[in-house]
Amino acid sequence: MKKILVTLVFTMLPAFTLAAGGGAPLDNMEPDLADQASLQRGAATFTNYCMGCHSMKYARYERVANDLGIPVADYEENLVFSDAKIGELMTIAMVPSQAKNWFGNPPPDLTLEGRLRGPDWLYSYMRAFYSDPSRPYGVNNAVFKDVGMPHVLAGLQGVCDHKPETGAEVKVDSLSGRIISDGTCESFASEGSMTKEEYDETIYDLVNFMVYMAEPSRMESESIGKWVLLFLIILFIPAYFLNKEYWKDVH
Amino acid sequence: MQKLIGWIDERLPIVNAFEKHMSKYYAPKNFNIMYFFGSLSMLVLVNQLLTGIWLTMSYNPSAEGAFASIEYIMRDVEYGWLLRYLHSTGASAFFVVVYLHMFRGLMYGSYRKPRELVWIFGMTIYLCLMAEAFMGYLLPWGQMSYWGAQVIINLFGAIPVIGDDLSLWIRGDYLISGVTLNRFFALHVVALPIVLLALVVLHLLALHEVGSNNPDGIEIKKNKDENGIPKDGIPFHPYYSVHDIVAVVVFLFVFCGVVFFFPEMGGFFLEKPNFEPANPLKTPEHIAPVWYFTPYYAMLRAVTVGIFGLPAKFWGVVVMGAAIAILFVVPWLDRSPVKSIRYKGWISKVALISFAVSFVILSYLGAIPSTPGRTTLAQVLTFVYFGFFILMPWYSKIDKTKPVPERVTG
Repeated sequence: MKKILVTLVFTMLPAFTLAAGGGAPLDNMEPDLADQASLQRGAATFTNYCMGCHSMKYARYERVANDLGIPVADYEENLVFSDAKIGELMTIAMVPSQAKNWFGNPPPDLTLEGRLRGPDWLYSYMRAFYSDPSRPYGVNNAVFKDVGMPHVLAGLQGVCDHKPETGAEVKVDSLSGRIISDGTCESFASEGSMTKEEYDETIYDLVNFMVYMAEPSRMESESIGKWVLLFLIILFIPAYFLNKEYWKDVH
Repeated sequence: MQKLIGWIDERLPIVNAFEKHMSKYYAPKNFNIMYFFGSLSMLVLVNQLLTGIWLTMSYNPSAEGAFASIEYIMRDVEYGWLLRYLHSTGASAFFVVVYLHMFRGLMYGSYRKPRELVWIFGMTIYLCLMAEAFMGYLLPWGQMSYWGAQVIINLFGAIPVIGDDLSLWIRGDYLISGVTLNRFFALHVVALPIVLLALVVLHLLALHEVGSNNPDGIEIKKNKDENGIPKDGIPFHPYYSVHDIVAVVVFLFVFCGVVFFFPEMGGFFLEKPNFEPANPLKTPEHIAPVWYFTPYYAMLRAVTVGIFGLPAKFWGVVVMGAAIAILFVVPWLDRSPVKSIRYKGWISKVALISFAVSFVILSYLGAIPSTPGRTTLAQVLTFVYFGFFILMPWYSKIDKTKPVPERVTG
C-alpha cells in the first residue's frame, strides 16, 4: 500500500494548464443604498430605458415602491408601463425566441445583475460603449467585447468615437478639484443630451438601483444586524461572569 | 415539576440519562479553547436543521422553479433572506468548526486507543457532511450549483469500466437535470440528515463510554478518588455547560456578523456565478467548489499524469479519495508512546504544522485558477499532506517524547 502510494505521488509531474483570462480593468463604484433619491432616479432610468428588453422578474413593483419611498399611486402612474398590477412581478412582454433573433441572445433578466457582475462592472460597462461600424448595432463595448446590446443610452451620452479606457487613473486639477481626465469618453461621433458629469451620475444612480434590486434586504439586514451584535455583546457579560462564578473553585 | 419528572422517570430513564451524559459525566478539567468546537458543531447542526425545515416550506425542487423560489424566499417570504443566510453561512460555519474540531483531535491524540471508534464515527460524520453540503449546493440551481455538480459527478466517470454507467446512475439522466435536482433534494433534506443525526448520537455515546481526552492526553480515569470519581474530572454540567455558553456567544457574534453584513463572504460562502440560473449550454469561465472542498479539488488538479494506462483524472480521483480515506486509519498510524502534541518531540510538531499549512494553502489553490507554477506547488503540498500520514508510523515511533505528568496540568 505504502509503496503504491509513494510511486503514485512520484509520478506526478507538472503539466500545462491554462490560466483564466482576466477582464478589462474597471472603474470603482461605491453603492449608497441609503440614498433614496439616487435609487428613485435609478428606478426611473431603468424603467424608461432598460425595461423594454430586460425584466426584473424576481422582484415586485410594490416592494420597490415601498423600499424606495415612492407612493404606490405615483409609482403605478409613472413607472408601470404595462397593465401589470402593483403587486405583480416585474416581467416584460418581449418573447425570448424573438429577442434571440434580434440580439443574438435574449437580453438577460437583471434582477440579480448587481450581485452577479458587481457595481464596478456595471458602472464601467454602461460608460464603455463606443462607435464600431462593424457591429450590427454600430457600437461595441470596452468592458464586454462584441456585446449584442445596442447603446440604449446613446441619446443621453452620445456615442464615443474611440474605445474608451476603463479603470484609468483619475487625473484631478489640484487647484479646482475638477476631474481633468478619467479615461472615459472625451470626443463623440454623435452628441448626447447630457454632459459627461450628468451621464456619470445617471449611471451611478442606475447601478445603485440595480445593486439594491439584487439584494433588497441589505439595508434591513444591516439595521437588524447591529442590534443582534449589540445584544450578543451584552449577553457576553452575564455569560462570562456565570462561567467565572462556577469555575472559581476549580483548581 | 419534581413530581412530573418522577412520573416520567418511572417510565423512561430520563434522570439516569441526564446524569450519565451531563451532570455525572466527568470531563477533564483542563479543556482549553480547542474543546469548544464539538459543542459548537452541535449548535450549527441545530441551526441547519431548523432553518432547513423553514426553507423547505418555500423551496420548489424543480429545474423550472428552484432558482425563482430561492429569490421568492429572499424577497417575498417574511425574513426569508435571514433564514437563507443563516443556512448558507451555517454550511460554511459547520465546516469551520468541524475542521477545528478534527485538528484538535490530531493535536491531542484524541483518536488514540480507546477512542478509535469516536474518531471513526466522527470521520463518518465528516464524510456525510460533505455529501450533505455537496447535494445542498445543487439546490439553488445557479450556474455554480450546476457546473460544480457536473464536475464532481463526472469524476465518477473516470473510474474504469463502470464509470460512465455509474455517473449516469447518480444523475438519473444523461446530463444534470430536474431528475438529479429532485433526488439530491430528497437526499439532502431527508436521508442524509437522518444518517447525520444517528452518527452524532453514536459519536457521543462512544465518547461518553470511554470519556473525553484532554490537552495532556492522559487518562483521568486512571486516577480516581474513593467515590470512584476521577480526581481530574469535573461534571460536564454545570461546569462545561456554562463554559460553552460563553463560547456560543462569541461564536454567534462572529457568525451573525457574517450573516447580517457579509453573507457572500467575498465569494467564498456564496459564489457570484450562482446569482445566475443554471444554464446547461454555458460553461462558466472558472469553476471552483465552495471553500471547504477546495483542498481536495487542488489535489485532484495536481495529478496531471496518468499511469498504468489509466488517465490522470482517474488517479486524481484516487488521490482525492485517499486524502479523505487516510484520515480514517490515523488511530493505527500513530505509534507514539504519548498522545498529546505537548509531550511529543519536534518531528511530530513539525509534521503537524506542515500538515496544517499544506491543508490551508491547498484550500487556497483549489479556489483559484491553476497555472503551471500553482500546479507544481499543489503537487508538493499533496506530498506533504500524505507524508504526514504515511510517515507517521515511523516518525511517531522514533520521535523523542517528553515525560507525561500523572495529573493534568492547568
